[in-house]
Amino acid sequence: MAFEGLADRLQSTMQKIRGKGKVTEADVKAMMREVRLALLYADVNLKVVKDFIKKVSERAVGQEVMRSLTPGQQVIKVVKEELTALMGGEQSKIAVSPKPPTVIMMVGLQGAGKTTTTGKLANHLRKKHNRNPLLVAADIYRPAAIKQLQTLGKQINMPVFTLGDKVNPVDIAKKAVEQARTDHHDYVLIDTAGRLHIDGELMDELKNIKDAVKPDEIFLVVDAMTGQDAVNVAKSFNEQLGITGVILTKLDGDTRGGAALSIRAVTEKPIKFVGLGEKLDQLEPFHPERMASRILGMGDVLTLIEKAQASVDEEKAKELEKKMRTMSFTLDDFLEQLSQVRNMGPLDELLKMLPGAGKMKGLNNIHIDEKQIRHVEAIIQSMTTEEKQKPEIINASRKRRIAKGSGRPIQEVNRLLKQFEEMKKMMKQMTNMQKKGKKRGALKFPFM
Amino acid sequence: MGFLDKFKEKFTSQTEAVTGKFKDGLLKTRQNLTEKVNDLVARYRKVDEEFFEELEEIFIQADIGFDTVIELVDELKMEAKRKKIQQSELLKEMIVEKLVEIYYGEDENISTLNLPDTGLAVILFVGVNGVGKTTTIGKMAYKLKSEGKRVLLAAGDTFRAGAIEQLEVWGDRTGVEVIKHQEGSDPAAVIYDAIQAAKSRKVDVLLCDTAGRLQNKVNLMKELEKVKRVIQREIPEAPHEVLLVLDATTGQNAMVQAKQFKEATGVTGIVLTKLDGTAKGGIVIAIKKELNIPVKFVGLGEKIDDLQPFDAEAYVYGLFAE
Ligand SMILES: Nc1nc2c(ncn2[C@@H]2O[C@H](COP(=O)(O)OP(=O)(O)O)[C@@H](O)[C@H]2O)c(=O)[nH]1
Ligand SMILES: [Mg+2]
Repeated sequence: MAFEGLADRLQSTMQKIRGKGKVTEADVKAMMREVRLALLYADVNLKVVKDFIKKVSERAVGQEVMRSLTPGQQVIKVVKEELTALMGGEQSKIAVSPKPPTVIMMVGLQGAGKTTTTGKLANHLRKKHNRNPLLVAADIYRPAAIKQLQTLGKQINMPVFTLGDKVNPVDIAKKAVEQARTDHHDYVLIDTAGRLHIDGELMDELKNIKDAVKPDEIFLVVDAMTGQDAVNVAKSFNEQLGITGVILTKLDGDTRGGAALSIRAVTEKPIKFVGLGEKLDQLEPFHPERMASRILGMGDVLTLIEKAQASVDEEKAKELEKKMRTMSFTLDDFLEQLSQVRNMGPLDELLKMLPGAGKMKGLNNIHIDEKQIRHVEAIIQSMTTEEKQKPEIINASRKRRIAKGSGRPIQEVNRLLKQFEEMKKMMKQMTNMQKKGKKRGALKFPFM
Repeated sequence: MGFLDKFKEKFTSQTEAVTGKFKDGLLKTRQNLTEKVNDLVARYRKVDEEFFEELEEIFIQADIGFDTVIELVDELKMEAKRKKIQQSELLKEMIVEKLVEIYYGEDENISTLNLPDTGLAVILFVGVNGVGKTTTIGKMAYKLKSEGKRVLLAAGDTFRAGAIEQLEVWGDRTGVEVIKHQEGSDPAAVIYDAIQAAKSRKVDVLLCDTAGRLQNKVNLMKELEKVKRVIQREIPEAPHEVLLVLDATTGQNAMVQAKQFKEATGVTGIVLTKLDGTAKGGIVIAIKKELNIPVKFVGLGEKIDDLQPFDAEAYVYGLFAE
């Protein structure tokens, strides 16, 4: 589906929103249409999307637009913050029972990745917390599920408790905890069979296990690719069992993972870990911020907002804007911009991120390579003040002198002058575009 | 209660059988539905914007995907206008019929397996982790065997712990032999051996399991391409079917899965599993529209006979069920 189209749409919507001061209701409305789409593409549940948009819209309207942002970007900034907040803090803590062993139950739908995650969690407990867990094979239904856990146990060199597939899982769990006590295991990880949240009989079985062994944690394991149904699954497991946390699996795929947001919204339980591969060390703490960015997509815009926030000096921006408007932008200004821009990361990327940059003629010819910036600086520094202000006077002999002074080949001096020329042309286009936008437009990216 | 809620309620109460198991009750459902809908729709004068908005939301929540939903609803709007369905008498019929029509396009026979009349047929199963490939193979083996076919299984998932044993259990359950190598061995080699075995034993259908893999793992997708090449080298017109197994709970990523697996292995059909849950797997409609890959079977549970041929009409009814 048109993920690429989504980015374009976002860009053009942002282009359309002009003006400064406060974020208006219209700005928010226009942007939220894009946000709604982005979230739906990410598989966030429709109802969750609606609630979220309503809440965030209220917050965004009337906000002061930051100097370095457009109103559209300002709205996205609020969206991102709210998303991150909704995701909760980083909380990969695992309960420790005052009376060992600590018992953890793994539950979830079929094929979510419970068994693998059980192995990963055991590995994590030992490696990161120096614990000694006992793995428990309580999936007596799926063919060879026990064998799967045993194989994983062997790989990480950990014991697996099993009573075969003829014993009731409740009894298996009880016996396992007894065994753990005698063998001095401080954790017990119970791998249960996958089941549908609407399967009354099997859900009762989980309740019975819970009653029998009083687990300290019940982790719901959810596939990151889950669609709209994630709310039903999470809600149902939570209501019936009272889960204590969520583990999101298969996040090494290319899904946007909106299920994470749906699950948080309906359960308000923390997402503790994410699975990032089939190997047993590929379990990581959950990063709310990263997840928020991933779900929202719009990666480029988000990065740009952050970078702009972080490193553009507002006063200089204002001054530069004026210069661009009056076309008195000189190589000196350019030099200064270069140093500012250098703090903002790779230039090519930055250029690509500019709203509408793709459509701007001339931009394609400007290849500013990180490595070359220093050379460019050297070249400009070898010019006289007059030359910097009026590059048209730079003739062949001046070029030779500059080349020699900077230690760069003469072709490079030529290239720079040509690029600068093109850049000025482009600025003209940009300022023109802004004028067409009626309101006194602020130039957002002064290094241009 | 909104119009569509009532509408849905009627669907729900009448389609439990259909969504549970497609095989029963479809005819009965349709008759009942027509009756009940009559008095329901009689009360509504017009099919308005609000109605279609609600319809849109139902579709989105079935994971059909935004673009496709918009297209579908637009088409339904047009159709309603064209047929002047204002009194909404025929609305339900129209919606279902139109969706089914859109789904099938020209050809209604897309949901059957394309197997040769004589000689060995090879079916390759592909998909991401945990979708139900191995289970589907077990069910399919049972189905084919009860149709009188000689079946053989190839344990091509040499990666996941316990995968070979899992397939062997299905082999035992169905009384079908499994060709296997050790865990960790080359899957292409297993498949090669299985083809030789199938040929010499005069087997009708060889079902090849493969390890689950996320479609963005380039190396693993290459491995799959190799498996396919090996099959092709042995039997030029094989694999006769490449079935992508999709989990109905999957959201929009299923489209990416379909695209990537199609590119790597030339997927010919889909098995939509776990429809016994509450997820609808609506993305298959978008996949059909965009990539023209039809669903051939649906998985309705973990038992041996929980595999059913796909029936678009029953499926569309199911979209409206709770
Ligand atoms: N409820 C339900 N579970 C299924 C269905 N198909 C497979 N499963 C379960 O999904 C899990 C993963 O299946 P498996 O065949 O191992 O997936 P694979 O990794 O793709 O081979 C197992 O627990 C199966 O029993 C289905 O149609 N409905
Ligand atoms: Mg398998």
